[in-house]
Parts: sequence; C-alpha cells; structure tokens
Amino acid sequence: MDTKISGKAFVLGDDIDTDQIIPAEYLSYNPSIEEERKMFGHYALSGVPKAQSGLPGGNTPFVNLADPHATQSEYTIVIGGKNFGCGSSREHAPLALAQAGVKAVVAQFYARIFFRNSVNGGYLVPLETDLELYKEIRTGDQVEIDLEKHQLTDQTTGKTYAIKPLGDVADIIEADGLFEYARKKQLT
Amino acid sequence: MMTITEKVLANAAGRQSVTPGENVWVKVDVLMTHDVCGPGTIGIFKKEFGENAKVFDADKVVIIPDHYIFTADEKSHRNIEILRQFVKEQGIRHFYDPDFVNKPGIPDGYDKNSATPYSGVCHSTLAEKGHCVPGQVMIGTDSHTCTGGAFGMFSTGVGNTEAAFVLGTGKLWLKVPPSLLFTFDGEMPDYLMAKDLILTAIGEVGADGATYCAMEFNGSAVKSLNIEERMTICNMAIEAGGKNGIIQADEKTVEYDVKRGVDKSAMTFFASDADAKYVSKHQFDVSKLEPTVACPHSPGNRALARKLDQKIDRAYIGSCTGGKIVDFQYAARILNGRKVVVDTFIVPATKEVDLALDSEKIGSKSLRQIFADAGCRIGPPSCAACLGGPVDTFGRMNEPLTCISSTNRNFPGRMGHPNSQVFLASPLTVAASALKGKIIDPRDI
Repeated sequence: MDTKISGKAFVLGDDIDTDQIIPAEYLSYNPSIEEERKMFGHYALSGVPKAQSGLPGGNTPFVNLADPHATQSEYTIVIGGKNFGCGSSREHAPLALAQAGVKAVVAQFYARIFFRNSVNGGYLVPLETDLELYKEIRTGDQVEIDLEKHQLTDQTTGKTYAIKPLGDVADIIEADGLFEYARKKQLT
Repeated sequence: MMTITEKVLANAAGRQSVTPGENVWVKVDVLMTHDVCGPGTIGIFKKEFGENAKVFDADKVVIIPDHYIFTADEKSHRNIEILRQFVKEQGIRHFYDPDFVNKPGIPDGYDKNSATPYSGVCHSTLAEKGHCVPGQVMIGTDSHTCTGGAFGMFSTGVGNTEAAFVLGTGKLWLKVPPSLLFTFDGEMPDYLMAKDLILTAIGEVGADGATYCAMEFNGSAVKSLNIEERMTICNMAIEAGGKNGIIQADEKTVEYDVKRGVDKSAMTFFASDADAKYVSKHQFDVSKLEPTVACPHSPGNRALARKLDQKIDRAYIGSCTGGKIVDFQYAARILNGRKVVVDTFIVPATKEVDLALDSEKIGSKSLRQIFADAGCRIGPPSCAACLGGPVDTFGRMNEPLTCISSTNRNFPGRMGHPNSQVFLASPLTVAASALKGKIIDPRDI
C-alpha cells in the first residue's frame, strides 16, 4: 500500500448514510458482473441531497449523471463528518465509492458496517480525525494524505491536519482485504 | 463479570472470557443472505474459494429473497434465479423461494394459501421458521439482522465480503463490543408499543450513540413484551449505530422457539452478571413515556407525537420493524370502524402475518376486513417501500410526499423520492395519524 494518497477532495457533512451513497433502487445491479459493477460508480453519492453535495457550496455532482457512460469521479478523496456510512449493510456503498475512483475517506467516525466493509473488501482506506475537516476543506481542494505521518495536507490552502493511525485494521488494509489477510495468516 | 453479549461471543470463540475491544474469531451458527446481497456474496465466494467450492455447512445457510420481489425489474428476477442456482448446487435446505417469480412482468402468482416456500421479510422469517436460537451467533447480509438479539443470541449485519468469508469458513473476526444498558420498568400503557421504547432509546443516545457497541435491553416492561415486540426493539439497535441489540431469553422465548420446531437442547441461556461493566446505563419508567416519533431525516430525531403539528400525505405500516402480527393488531384496534383520510398502505412482513390478517379478529371482523373497510390498501409480503426499491414497488414514494411509517429509517430518499419526508412511529400512532391526515397521539382518537 502506498503511504501517500492524493487527489481532489469532495466534501460532505454528518450522517452520510448508505442510501445517499448508493440509493436502493440501484441495488439490483450485481457487483459480481463486471459491466454491472461499473454502474455503481455512475450512481455513487447520487442520493446526497443537492444542497449538501460538495460542501461548502453544495450543488456539485460527484459523477456527471447526465453522461450515461460516466463511471468515474474527478474527486478521489471524500471528506465527511460524524457517523459516515450509517444505515444499511450494503457493501455496494464502499464499492460504489471505489468504483468511482475514491481512494480514501476521512471522517470523524464511521458506522460500524461501512467501516468493516471498506476494510474487509479492500475498497478504500477509512481514516478518522478528531477535527471537523468538512468545515475546513472545500470541495475541489487538492489534498494529500500521509499515512506514515498521520496527517492530511490541503495543498490548495497549505494547511496540515492530524488524522488518526489506522490501528488494528492496518494489517487487513495492508493485505488489501480480509481474504488476503486471512491467507497470509493461514486462517482459511 | 461479563455482559450477555460478551458471554455469547466468548462461548462462540471457545474462550472462558472476552473483553470489549479485543478481536476474536467466532464460529457462526447461522449465515443469512437475501436477494439484494446474495448474488454479490456468491460471486465473492466463488472467486475466493473456487467455482466448485462448497459452503461450510449447507444446513447453517439460510437464503431468504424478500427485498425486490413484486417488481417487473428484470435484474431483480435474475438475482432470484442466481440464488436458486446456488441453493441447488450447494444442497441448501433453508431457502424461501418466491417460486411465483418465474416470468417477465410484475409477479402475480403469489397466493398466501398456496404451498409456496416463499415467506417474506428475512428477519421475521428467521424468527418464524426457528432460525433464532438463544445463545447462538447469527450473521446476515442485512443491517437489521440485529433483530435476532430478541432471542438472547448475538446477531449482526455484515457486507458481502464478510458473508462470503463465513460461507467458506464458518467463522468471522469480530471486535467484542462494549455494552450500553437500557432498562425499561413499569407497566406498558395501552397507547405505547415497543416502537415507542426503541425510538425513545435512540433519541436518548442519538443515531450514532451506540456505534460499535451492544445495546442490551432489560427491565420489567421489556420482560412483559411478547417476542414480536422484543424483535421491534432489537431490530432498531442499528439505528443508534449498535452492532447488536440483545434481550435475555426467558420462558416466552423458549415457548416461541419450541412452537417453531427448535430443539431445546440447541439453546444456551446466558445472562449478564450483576457486576458486568457498561459504557452507560439508561433507565426509563414506561408509564411516563408518551407516543414517540422520529422526524426526518434521522431515526434519532425524537419528538412526541402530541407536540407535532405535521400534515401527512400517506401512512405506511409494514417491514421487519412494524409489519408483524402484533403491529397489525394494534393498528386494527384504532382503524376498526373508522376511515383513513390519506393513502394508507398495509404490507405484512411475511406470509404468516398475511394469513394472520384473516385469522386474527376483533369481534367478528378479521384484521383484513377492518383494514379494507377503513380504506387501506393491502400489499403482498416483502420489504416493499421501506427502502424505496425499484420504482414499481408497492407503496414507494415516487413524488416528494410526507409519510408517517412504522418502518425503521427516515434518511433522505429512503422510501423513494429524494425530497420525500418520512416520520417514524409505532403502528398505533401511524394508524391514528392516517385517520386525521396529520400526526397525532393515538390517545386523541
């Protein structure tokens, strides 16, 4: 795993639930079928109310829904507040973000199942911070996460913020998911 | 000095004791999946364990299609077919197949009196069919799998990857959660339901107040509730971020399970020690509680029904949370002999509940007659509009309407239209509100 992750930030607020990340009507796509899996990238974050989509201004589409072939977002780091990923157990949520190109989410804390899905499925790195970064960073800012120094730098403003170490899931993230981790540890 | 949750997990990990915060590998007694997460889970299982791999124990896998059943959506039909194929190749016995989903279009072949193996909503089905056993560990690809905690078991929701891992190995790593204790004492007034208790508890700690924690419920009021009502409480533990909800099993649990064919020897009864440690303890006297509502857009956004002045466009009674027999008994009590003034949708969770709409009566009238006479629309059992679903789903809000619902979530867009509003309440409060076209306290009827 790279120790640095950089990209453009997409900023959201508190309580971003899995229905906002991937609305239920798209769950009939089967993520095990490659062509259908791409559709999760297309619809990622399409359930976020417009006013909250891309703070502070809102009204910023994460993926260009007007283009039916668009499956990638220009934003690869999502900044959230409290309780990111609450609600349903759908693994389609971190999968949708990853399909759209998201490498990491930085939030104050996560709902349990979203966090586990992100880690165990090897979709993205769910980082935590004590700071209300969504009030600091603006959608479109270029940010860099340094996993060794435990910090995030907003290169657009030049400010640096502390993020928490990954803790006991670091090994699973390093292994790129539960299956690889279990094989390494000879648990399967 | 362990909580009931810690004891169940210690037992499943083959340990004398466990401590909150430590990661343990536990053996899984039941793995449940459904039509929305099953196909993805099966895909990962085959990719990781091989095309011809066998599940860890075909009798411990339960497959319950329930989400997208009564829809013309082709992919949803296809997903059910994927489950059928998997069940066949694996020799899985516990499969509640909507066998009437067998041709294009909205399935019209469901008949509650037929021998269809179809049951309906997975969490209610797991209970009705005897899959919820005190002391066991249940893992399901649905966040409301925490419902099973009503049987004194550890039961929680996971994603596809973890479910696939369990399918192949029969085990899973779990972080032992610290517990919050909610004690409800006193006698339940007839205007309150379990839903009011859990909405009160979630409002108390907030929609993230139990994140990564267990929510344990006890007290004389909880003990007085029947199993279906206890399921309502544990069902919504996830709405406070809880990993699991749990209620100690008692004679009612045993009676319910034995009726469902569960052998008593399979049950293990754990109870929290008197000196068990809790993150926090919350005590309530139910005789002082009032009908409670969660306002948009969070299950933790608590208000009292009588204090709201809120017009509604529709009412909805259904789901694993609020579509059980007891839920319709309470709703019928208030709708009997009256007329609703807004569109009111009745969706039994399962076929068993659907049949009970005929067999359960108030006086000489069946619940079904009462609902029909009141002007309600009754749909077939499934998850239906609780989570929106495909646009042709029964009861789905395809316009920006305001709904009062006995379901479990009111996030933006949860029941369909992104600009719709959902107020969560007990089936009794939903029924009362349907009569007035605005949210009211059932005591006002």
